[in-house]
Amino acid sequence: ALLPSPPRRERRGLSCILRTPKAGFRDTASGGLIIQSISNDVYHNLAVEDWIHDHMNLENRQILFLWRNSPAVVIGRHQNPWQECNLKLMRQKNIKLARRRSGGGTVYHDLGNINLTFFTTRKKYERMENLKLVVKALKALRPQLNIHVTDRYDILLDRQYKISGTAAKLGRTTAYHHCTLLCNADKFVLSDVLKSPYKGLKSNATPSVPASVKNLFEEDPSLTCEMLLDAIAEEYAMQHQIDHHITLINPTDETVLPGINNKSKELQTWEWIYGKTPKFSVSTCFNMFYKDSVLDVKVDMDVKHGRIEACNIDLPEEWLPPALCSELVKSLSGSKFCPNETTALSSTLLRMCPQDDELHSKWNLLCENMTMLM
Amino acid sequence: KYVCVFDKSAFKFSHQQRLFRTSAGNLFHNKIILFCYFMNVMLETCVYWYIKEGDSVSQFDSICEVQSDKASVTITSRYDGIIRKLHYNLDEIAYVGKPLVDIEIDASKGVAPEEDVVETPAMSHEEHTHQEIKGHKTLATPAVRRLAMENNIKLSEVVGTGKDNRILKEDILNYLAKQTGAILPPSPKAEIIPPLPKSETVPAAPKDKARKIPVPVSRPIVFSGKDKTEPITGFHKAMVKTMSAALKIPHFGYCDEIDLTQLVQLREEMKPLAQIRGIKLSFMPFFIKAASLGLLQYPILNASLDESCQNVTYKASHNIGVAMDTEQGLIVPNVKNVQVCSVFEIASELNRLQALGSAGQLGTSDLTGGTFTLSNIGTIGGTYAKPVILPPEVAIGALGKIQILPRFNGKGEVFKAQIMNVSWSADHRIIDGATMARFSNLWKSYLENPASMLLDLK
Repeated sequence: ALLPSPPRRERRGLSCILRTPKAGFRDTASGGLIIQSISNDVYHNLAVEDWIHDHMNLENRQILFLWRNSPAVVIGRHQNPWQECNLKLMRQKNIKLARRRSGGGTVYHDLGNINLTFFTTRKKYERMENLKLVVKALKALRPQLNIHVTDRYDILLDRQYKISGTAAKLGRTTAYHHCTLLCNADKFVLSDVLKSPYKGLKSNATPSVPASVKNLFEEDPSLTCEMLLDAIAEEYAMQHQIDHHITLINPTDETVLPGINNKSKELQTWEWIYGKTPKFSVSTCFNMFYKDSVLDVKVDMDVKHGRIEACNIDLPEEWLPPALCSELVKSLSGSKFCPNETTALSSTLLRMCPQDDELHSKWNLLCENMTMLM
Repeated sequence: KYVCVFDKSAFKFSHQQRLFRTSAGNLFHNKIILFCYFMNVMLETCVYWYIKEGDSVSQFDSICEVQSDKASVTITSRYDGIIRKLHYNLDEIAYVGKPLVDIEIDASKGVAPEEDVVETPAMSHEEHTHQEIKGHKTLATPAVRRLAMENNIKLSEVVGTGKDNRILKEDILNYLAKQTGAILPPSPKAEIIPPLPKSETVPAAPKDKARKIPVPVSRPIVFSGKDKTEPITGFHKAMVKTMSAALKIPHFGYCDEIDLTQLVQLREEMKPLAQIRGIKLSFMPFFIKAASLGLLQYPILNASLDESCQNVTYKASHNIGVAMDTEQGLIVPNVKNVQVCSVFEIASELNRLQALGSAGQLGTSDLTGGTFTLSNIGTIGGTYAKPVILPPEVAIGALGKIQILPRFNGKGEVFKAQIMNVSWSADHRIIDGATMARFSNLWKSYLENPASMLLDLK
């Protein structure tokens, strides 16, 4: 299911774009290179970008990297996942969360979305040219498509719907520009998952700019991701005067990409995904229903590097023994802003409490509500 | 003096004289300004500092990462020096044309003359500006270039061992050493080589040979690893509290060996049946059910002692905890009311808890209310253990790995037996050795002869 289908004849009668795995892709002739990942793992694929950015000399060569991911939400380098997406829903649906190294906003990836990364030297970094290339390729495939590039580097369909978003990373000598392209992604999951239920968050993380999206498939049901990838690769090959040749790469192969597995591991650590969130504060209140009464609870927290720096819980007096409350607050300080951690922590603390069923149920109720904030 | 970050002219030493004015005590300040690389954007956001004030940086080290207009840019240092001031805090907006960071560079190391004029020698300017080795530009800091120049060394002949094949000071020194054949001493004093102890002395050469046998210089072994201190937070902090309280309980241990040969066979037969129902069947459901049957006979093991040690509460429910090793560490979810569950139901519940545990989604109700715990440490390894009781419980059992060992049967013949060891710990304040031993024997008998469980199953 990972490898693309066998080559097909292009509508325009040009020679097929051959797809073959090739071990030493670093040795190909200079000019341009088109590579495609055989993996749908977002972390592995992001690691390939890192690897090329860190290790390849792009003085005489430019690279186009084609990749697709199984369901995942990808946030920008400087964003706050709690502000951007519904983490609870993602956990339930087993949708991964990744933080990329480039800037920009949050996107939803699934196999109906294609990702394109244009690697160049820093001097030759030119986003508009890249996006124009994509538009040209799409128009060659389907001339009736009404698509254009905005000055915010989005690609719009019918002047209304966003079908592509852009982000970039500039290093010392190399740069990359990557963008998405919606072919037939699940728009329902997309909108559910990119809606944050968390209230009372305040931070100066980069906010995403919401946009109405549409799949190209909706415009023309005969379009598939395969066809889009083909068309874009062909246009790139033409503009860079290279062979219509796509090299497949395995993003876990250390012989081709030495050190890549460390990179993908780093991208999966909690410290990277959540810990790199810029400082933010949570100030919210919720109601708890216990027996016949409704209680008002007010919570204030400061979160830095994904960990709770300061925490304050305002409960009705004497509902829980004050010593216990302060024990909870003390334990939360320094703890990860994470429902799993909070649950484990609070359950463990309960062992130290008097064995009173009523106390236990109150405690569990409070802790469950606290974890809902995360 | 202000220098533009993206101006390459700073590199060309050849046709310029650079004047570094110093006066006693003051070092020359060189400020880096964030030049407007993004022509149509007025603001940048200072995202992440790689360094802090007081750090020393080398040329090409990353200073910070800045976000601008959907692009994340890495800014690197042009100079070696010490970071003196960061003009922006994390996440603040930096302005184009204003200073970003102050780097203090050392005008001249060691000696500090009033005026130090660096002039490049007449020979091979080109060598020093465009250093090409195998098509790559040579990276070397100004200090290193000067050292090479002073010693008339061509940088193209030196192999760089630093980042990006950068030529470091050590590389120049090694190159020099190879040229002169000298062993470079770390300090002048090391010229005096201490006499070697007798056992290590090289055997004396015969008198007629004029050649000297080189004597190895003993060098101190340098290990540059550093200790790392981290605060204990969150879940681990809570565990520290729990375990400290647990050790206040006077523990006693009791161990035994269980012959699981019959149970292994039974499980093999049951596994496909459970699979059809969509459940993975391990040994744990049997261990848990047998424990519950034992607790019916010895309810003191399913009890709790209050803080003042005045009252014992016999818990009605057998909520048997199963220790799980997760990313965070030791988590103990429990199976509720084992006393009214069948082995299959227990297996099903274990599957659910294991799935939640590995996904990191166990809820508070799963993690609280346990009355007795079993720890299957044998899946990782080990035979005997000394488990620590989890308050407010009073007993715990640790199960070692199942090994195939030779044992004697009733007829005195040796046969292959599947042996597992169990190590119990109990609270000696309310549980005595005899009770523990009898409970263990009963539990053992159920497992060694699984059919006997049928008699007592409720």
